[in-house]
Amino acid sequence: MVMPEPEMLEVDVWRGGCDGSGRFQTYTVPRQDAQTVLDVVTWIQRKLDPTLAYRFSCRVGMCGSCAMTVNGRARWTCRTHVAKVASGKRLQIAPLANLTVVRDLVVDMREFFDKWAKAGGQFTPTASRRDDFARVAPESPARREVDAAIECIGCGICYASCDVVAWNPAYLGPAALNRAWTLQNDVRDGGRVERLAAVAGDAGCHACHTQAACTERCPKQLSPTASIAGLKRMAARAVLKGEL
Amino acid sequence: MSARGETRLWLAQRASAAVLALCVLVHLATMIVAVNGGLTAADILGRTRGNPAWAAFYAVFVAAVAIHAPIGLRTIASEWLQWRGRGADACWLVVGVALFVIGLRAVAAVVL
Repeated sequence: MVMPEPEMLEVDVWRGGCDGSGRFQTYTVPRQDAQTVLDVVTWIQRKLDPTLAYRFSCRVGMCGSCAMTVNGRARWTCRTHVAKVASGKRLQIAPLANLTVVRDLVVDMREFFDKWAKAGGQFTPTASRRDDFARVAPESPARREVDAAIECIGCGICYASCDVVAWNPAYLGPAALNRAWTLQNDVRDGGRVERLAAVAGDAGCHACHTQAACTERCPKQLSPTASIAGLKRMAARAVLKGEL
Repeated sequence: MSARGETRLWLAQRASAAVLALCVLVHLATMIVAVNGGLTAADILGRTRGNPAWAAFYAVFVAAVAIHAPIGLRTIASEWLQWRGRGADACWLVVGVALFVIGLRAVAAVVL
């Protein structure tokens, strides 16, 4: 019995860095059922070109490390099926935009996470180990705001999709501001005044144009746009009360 | 600029936008009614001159423009031309004052 030839996929993959030497290289990859974009990249690296650099870890949409630009749009590749994004039998895979390329599909995430720190992304405790557990009512408005924004996996898709980041490299970006918003609504946190000053200054929440590319592309269906709007309202109230 | 300064600018731009939305509507509606009613320029000036209500309306309109436009231009210059900092802010302040003065001159010509 003769097995039918597998359907093939032409995949353009970015190779090299961002120093002008980079270019797309085309690979031919067999199509498979339920094949993800990460499967394609892994197949290329294991079967065709072991020098291809890319980053992944959990493969189940938890770790946020495998985000790439697929056909011009930032996506988490481990949860993106080829059937959903391949136009015809072609696929283009590039590193995330707005970040420095280390090599091939790997970007340097330092700037992305440094901005989390600049936005006051660390929890500031107000209690010691001798204190009782804080009791936060799940139905309280502040806790609901936190719930809506807390599931960020730090994949950088929002950051790569944000035009304001492209225009103003100092802009803190959707993920860092979203993180700050969750902490601003944490009643246990003791750094809210300083954090509000950090996110409302130059290149902070007021730089957002509410274009919502971050919200449209967030693979966890979060809305950094809403979080940033919340920070704007919070900063405005603080200024009107003379607290900022 | 400080967080307080940025937030104040944001508030000023939102508040002036709300005022402008109303002013533009009233202005356009009045123009359409006046033109369709067959009023000449002289007829219109006859109604606006010495009228404190129109003077106040257009003075508020001009103030809102003088606040709103420079803040918006400041953002555009920051993003598209990378022009930021105290020098740029001082320039946009001058633009705002200039818009206010030029606008008030125009209002004076219509109501005085």
